[in-house]
This record gives sequence, structure tokens and C-alpha cells, in this order.
Amino acid sequence: MVDTILHLVLVLTMPPLLLGVIGKTKAAFAGRVGAPYLQPYYDLARLMRKGVVISDTTTWLFKAGPIITLAATLLAALLVPLGRHAAPISFTGDMILFAYLFALGRFFTTAAALDTGSSFEGMGAAREVTFSCLAEPALFFALITLTRLSGSLSLTPMLNHVTLFVWWDTGAALLLMMTGLFVVLLAENCRIPFDDPNTHLELTMIHEVMVLDHSGPYFGCILYGASLKLYLLGAFFLHIALPLSSGNSYLDWLIFALSMILLAMAIGVVESVMARLRLIRVPQLLVAAIILTAFSLILVVR
Amino acid sequence: MHSDVLRDPAVLVLIAILVTAFSGVPGLLIRGGATGQRLATLGAVIAAFLGLHSAISLLLAKTTTTFVIAWNLPFDACEIGLDPLSLFFLIPIFIVFLCGSLYANGYWPASSHRSSEPALTFFYGLLAAGMGLVVVARNGVLFLMAWEIMALAGYFLMVIEHDKEEVRRAGTVYLVAAHIGAAALFVFFSLLRLHCSSFLFPGQGGLHIVAAPATALFIAALIGFGSKAGLMPLHIWLPSAHANAPSHVSAMLSGVMLKMGIYGLLRFFSFIADRPLWWGVVLAVAGLVSAFLGICLAASQRDIKRLLAYSSIENIGIIATGIGVAMIGQATGNPRLALLGMVGALLHILNHSLFKPLLFFCAGSIIHGTGTRELDRMGGLGKRMRWSALLTLGGAIAISGLPPFNGFVSELFLYLGFFGEARANLPYVVLGAPVLALVGGVALITFVKLYGATFLGNPRSQQAAHCHEAPLSMLAPMGTLLGLCLLGGIFPQLLLPLASPLLATLTPVVSGTASQPLPLGWITMAGVAILGLAALLAFSLRHRVSALPKATATTWGCGYLRPSGRMEYTGTAFSEILTSLMSGIVRTRVAKAAISGYAPPPAAFCYAPEETILERLLLPLFDIVGIGFAFCRRLQHGQAHIYVLYIFATLLLLMLWIH
Repeated sequence: MVDTILHLVLVLTMPPLLLGVIGKTKAAFAGRVGAPYLQPYYDLARLMRKGVVISDTTTWLFKAGPIITLAATLLAALLVPLGRHAAPISFTGDMILFAYLFALGRFFTTAAALDTGSSFEGMGAAREVTFSCLAEPALFFALITLTRLSGSLSLTPMLNHVTLFVWWDTGAALLLMMTGLFVVLLAENCRIPFDDPNTHLELTMIHEVMVLDHSGPYFGCILYGASLKLYLLGAFFLHIALPLSSGNSYLDWLIFALSMILLAMAIGVVESVMARLRLIRVPQLLVAAIILTAFSLILVVR
Repeated sequence: MHSDVLRDPAVLVLIAILVTAFSGVPGLLIRGGATGQRLATLGAVIAAFLGLHSAISLLLAKTTTTFVIAWNLPFDACEIGLDPLSLFFLIPIFIVFLCGSLYANGYWPASSHRSSEPALTFFYGLLAAGMGLVVVARNGVLFLMAWEIMALAGYFLMVIEHDKEEVRRAGTVYLVAAHIGAAALFVFFSLLRLHCSSFLFPGQGGLHIVAAPATALFIAALIGFGSKAGLMPLHIWLPSAHANAPSHVSAMLSGVMLKMGIYGLLRFFSFIADRPLWWGVVLAVAGLVSAFLGICLAASQRDIKRLLAYSSIENIGIIATGIGVAMIGQATGNPRLALLGMVGALLHILNHSLFKPLLFFCAGSIIHGTGTRELDRMGGLGKRMRWSALLTLGGAIAISGLPPFNGFVSELFLYLGFFGEARANLPYVVLGAPVLALVGGVALITFVKLYGATFLGNPRSQQAAHCHEAPLSMLAPMGTLLGLCLLGGIFPQLLLPLASPLLATLTPVVSGTASQPLPLGWITMAGVAILGLAALLAFSLRHRVSALPKATATTWGCGYLRPSGRMEYTGTAFSEILTSLMSGIVRTRVAKAAISGYAPPPAAFCYAPEETILERLLLPLFDIVGIGFAFCRRLQHGQAHIYVLYIFATLLLLMLWIH
């Protein structure tokens, strides 16, 4: 019960902090002071108080997009275990629901972008659906490998199965899978090298350009939803990358929170030392991620 | 005594098929006015309620009824049977026939299509009845007759607008393909007659044959039934046929007639108790290939109905994958795989016969409102066609396999089947899961494109700007179908009892291990949770926004103040990245002028997806065959007295041969 409450509290409050940490890391690399760690929270609070400007081209779908996307992401948040704990909801086949809830969110985000009638937003939507479509098989290969390792068809036992001992046994496979999943994590959340969240040129954006016309509380939903998605996929990734366990439940929560911050710093480092890829190279990197995760399956099967 | 007969649900089902067949006849006799169409609709309503009620009650009771009809043809007894397999396939026939007949009142009203409406209504009933007869026939010859009624009724429906060159061409391709398939079925039933020494179908598991003849039977069935179902590469007739037919006919062809091929395959498999493992492998691989290629081709289309037709190939592929996987499970003694594959396939058959007709009806109401099938000429219809937009959105989500609609449920079962195999010794079967995930991703692109290019943004042409909403007679059947899609997605418990009586016949290995865990309750909870959470968020956000200042402005054009519909991202542009990635599979013809100089002159751009297999492979092949058979043309010259000579010569030869 305590674990469930902590899960909900973390899911509802912690995601924007990751954006703050990433920003601070990038600022440190650039030799700037950077915005405060809590800046994303201030942004959210400001957006919730701001008025709304809506394009006269749009229909009701434009407003429904952020809402349904956030609802789907929140439901997905109940399926992923955080750290060494069980997720609040766990059943046979929940990993499929997890993947398809993100797809539902994608459907509405991209449809809302097309609703504005802007070429730039259409462009972003087209990139988003195509790149995510290529990221999907990589995620599924990773899930299959995990199913094979754990013998389970549910996210909680599947992810909690990975421990340091499993790393000892099948380290090569897990390393390949980890690399593939890190690519998926960056691509799905539109981070560098796939997309630059801070760019100011609409022509080169993916996620940011899709939400150009949203404002006020609707934009707040999008911002929070995006950070939640990063948080969930990050938690998924950490189960494989840092399967640390202390045995004490509360200590495990602390380890989890710290490792999430570490992950955010790692993403910040990647964003600082890499440039954005040319769009034409993005599919190649995603296909490479598919191949890496497929290799991890082969190594596990042998 | 008579009242007893009429109370038998099996008899009622047969009466419903008869009523269906004759529903269009009054319209042929009563000329002028809408009376004929009204009577046909009434007939459809009666037949559908009678048929659905009786079929579902028989299916739930798991009963099997057979009738023998006296005929004096030398092809053994004319047997008609209603077993769970037949009854299951009768359900989509009646649902789509009912919805299509209601829809026709608004889409193809007698008042504005005076000359074509009676024929269309007549053949519509005949098509549905032909399909009904196909699934109840238990005699090979009767089956072929019903098959031919179905194929020809489909042809006449398709070419109803025969003044258009494109329609005639599509009809001819369909007719040729249908009869190549029928030829394979003649071979199939002849072989069957050889082994059973009767035209009557063998009972469940009643056919015991050795390897070589079984292979011949399987290949004949795969070609005959596979070409009707539209499995790749036997799909060539499908896209143009479904695109050129009137929309409620496309709904019937795509939603139900394709399933007759699947029915044929399942019926054939039920004859044989021990099916070789490789049959399942062939079917699963063909299914995955069809699903992937079908959806990639769908994504590149610019004609709304062609897009839907290609997506039917994808869905048939998913169904075939499920059946193939179930057969692998059956052959290797794996009840879990057999159950999940077969339940996934059967539910997908039902689901596809709900959302595909819905989407064809939506396409019909778009064409009705704008007068064009080109996605790139639409746009912004959502403002003037609110209800059509909402219904299309639901259909698009359902067909993309997203929760909380029914497409998700059947795909979830297939995924569970695949994932369970990850624990097997040699997990080849599991490789289906990433393919299915890729198919799902491309399906999402396809249907965001379909919905976005039609209903969202600004109008891209005059027709789109002046579109009008469809009448209630069209919206009501669409709403019914969407309601069923949502119901099936949230309460799969309701659909599962329709599929489970078939399992004993199709995958006997499942029986005994009936308590396989299916996460049905969780699907319900997830569906309710999504809807509830979205409603809660919408309510609280609306409350929040109402307290804030609100303004409307034009879309942000990056500094450009008035972007027009002509500058919008088109559907073609939306799928361009994928099409270029898949250029090995999806061939497109692009004609564009090179831009040169500082002030280039006006230039034109033209884009058309290609029918690679038809245009590059089959048509050249047909040309070669045509040259080869040119000498036959010399025998066919139309001179009657020479024909009499042929008859005389043939008779003479036969007499000589006999003596």
C-alpha cells in the first residue's frame, strides 16, 4: 500500500524535475549557470494560470489531443514498476497495453497537430509517426528478450527479474539491449540526436513543432505528459541499466530516485556532446537499434 | 406442426437467407419511386433480426443442424448444415447487410439513381444470400454454385457505374481473378470427391489422406480461397475492385466477402484431423507478409477507398497469421498457442467486419459530401461534417488496433500467443511479434493520414469547402457499427462466447485445457480507465480554462500571416517519409519539373502509387499468354455454320472414341 502511494506520488510530482536536471547539465557544459532545477514546475504553474489562444482552423480534436494523450500516459504510468517495486497494476499482457497506450497518445498528438492546418506541424507529425513506428520493433524485441529471460508475460516480474546476477550470466545480451533501448528512449522522447527540444527553427523540429499552437493549460498538459513519458521510459531503461537493490523498500525508493536523476544527467551529457543528426540519418539509427535488440534476443536463445 | 417448424431457429436462419435473397425482387417489379428500396430495407431488417437472433442463440447453444433438400441433380444429396463455424460467419453477413441496406437509402437513393437503384438493391440482397448459402452448403457442387452466385452478384454490384472506363477495367480484373480462384476450387472439390467418393463434405476430422494428395488439396485451397480472401500475392484484383464499387458495396465486399475465403480455409482444415506443421507455417508467413506489404501500400495511397482496400489486405493478413499460428500450436501440441492464435483470428474476423464497413461508410459519406475520392483534395471537412468526423475518428482508432476499441483486443491475443513462445526451446514463432508491432506502427501512420487529410486543417479545394453532412439514414448505421466496436473493445467477454464454440472443431488440442488465462477483466478495466481518466481531465481542464481569458487567432505560420489550404501538408506528404523508406516495396511514379533559375516558371508535380505486382508482373505475363493463345482466336470467328461443323466433328470423334 505504501509502495503504491509512493509510486503515485513520484509519478505525479517527479517527472518535470528530470527536465530541470537535463537543462542544468547542459548549462554546466556550456559554462552557464542555467535555469533553476525547479524551472519546469514554475513553467507548469505559469501555464495553468495563462489564457488560451486557439487557432480558428481547429476543431474539438485540437483540445482533446493533449487530454487523451495525458490520460493514456497516466494509465501507462500505473503499469511500469519503479525501481525494485511492483507496479500498482500488473497482469498478463500488460506490456502490450503499455506500448499501445503510447501509440494512442501518438495518434491524438499527431492528429491535433494536423488539425491546425499548418505545414510545419504536419511535417512534425509525419516525422513523429514514422520514427516512432521504427522504434516500435526495437521495444518489442527487448520485451521478447526479457520475456525469455524471466519467463513472465507481465512488466513487473519481467523487469524486476533483471539483477546483477543476470548481468553476470547474460551481460553481452543485456548490453546490446541496453544500447538499443537507450536509442529508443532518446527517439521516443525527441531528445538529441533525434530532435533538439531547444531549437528555434521550425523546419527541423519534431515534437516541439507539433505543439506550436497549443497554449495555456493545454500546453501545460503536453509539457507534463512529455516529461512523464520520459520518466516512464527512463524507469523502464533503468531496470536494465542499473538493476540495484538494497533489500530495504524505502532505501530502494531512494536508489530509484537518485538513479533517475543520474539518467537525466546522462541524457544531458549526450545532448551536450552530440549534435542533432540529419533527419535522413535518423531512420538508420533506429534500424540499428532494432538490429541490436534483435541480436540480444539471438544471444539469449543461442 | 407448422408452428413447430417455424419455431426452430435453424429454419429461421434459412428463412432469413431466403428473405435476403428476395429482398430486392419487389424493386425490380415496381418501377419508379422509392417503394422498392423501402421494401428491400424492410426485408433486410426482418432478415437480419431473424437471422442474427437465431444464429447467435444456436451458436451459444453449440448445436449442429443439417437439412437435406431434394434435388434431382446427379451430385449426391443437397445437404445444408448449420454448425458453429457456419453460424459464426453468418453473424457478420447479417450485420453488414442490415447496415448497408439502411445506408443505401441515403447514399444511393432511388429518387436520384432511378435507373441503377433497382438492380443495385437486387444484387445486394443476392450477394448477401450467396454468402449465406456458401457458409451453409455441405455439398461441393452446391458450394460452388453459391460461390459463383456470390462472385457474379459482386461483379454486377461493382460495375453498376459501368459508364466509367476505370470501373469496367476493375470489374474485368475482378472477374478474371475470381474465376482463376474458382478454377482452383473446381480442382479442390474434384480432388475431394476423389477421396471421399461423394460430393458431400466429410465431417469434422473425417478426411484421412496421405501426404501427396493432402498437399495438392492444400495448395488448391490456398489458391482458391486465398485469392478470394486477398492474401498476397493473390490480391491484385482487390484494391481497384473495392475502390470503384459504391461504398456500401465496398463495405460488403471488404467487410464480409473477403472472409468467405477465410471461411473456406477453415472449413477445409476442419476436415482433416492431423494437419501437417508446414501448413500452419505457410499460412502464418503468408499472413505476416500480406499484413506488412498491405499496410505499407495502404500508407502510400492517395485515393481514400484504395487506402481502405489495401488495409483490408493487412487485416486479412493478421487473420491468416492467427490461423497459421493456431495450426502450428495444434500440430505441435501446444494448446496455449492454438487457443490464443485462433481466438485472436476469430475475434479479428468479427472486429474487421465491424470497423471496415464503418470506414467504407465514412468514405462514402465523404464522397457523398465532396464528390471526390482524392485525399489530397479534401481537408477541413470536420467543421461541416461533425458527425461523420467523429465516426471516422472512432473507426480509425479501432482499425489501428488501439485501446479502448475492439481492434486492440484481437491483436492483444495474437501478441500474447507470440510472447508465450519466447519461452519455447526454439522461439521462431515469437518473431511474429515485432513484425506485428511494425504493422501496427504503419497502420497508425495510415489512419492518422486518412483522418488528418480529410477532416482536419483547411479545405484544399472548392469541393471540400462546400461539403455537406450525410443524412441520418447514413449516419445511423455508422453509429451502430462504432457502438459495436466500442462495446467489443471494452467488453470482450461478450464476443468470446461467439468464438469459443468453434475451437473444438478447429483446434481440438485446446479442449481439456479450457482454463487458459485471458486478461479479459483487465481489458475492460483499461478501457473504462482510459475513458474515465480522459473525461475527468477534460472536465477539470474545461473548468480551469473557463476562468481564464480566451482568444482565437490564425494558426502560427512562423511569421507568415495567412497560410492557405494550398500550403497545407497533404496526405501524400504525410506518408512520404515512410514511402521513401519502403521504396523497395512501395513503388511510386513521380513526375516533376526541374526548378531552375531565380524566378522559376510554374511547374507541375504528379504522384501516383504503382500496382507493382499487377503492372510489372501479371499484365506482361498475360500479354505473353495472349500471344500464345492467339491461334485459338482463329477458331472463334463468329461464323455460325462453321460452329455447327465443330459440333459435328466433336460428336463424331466422341462416337469413334466410345466404339
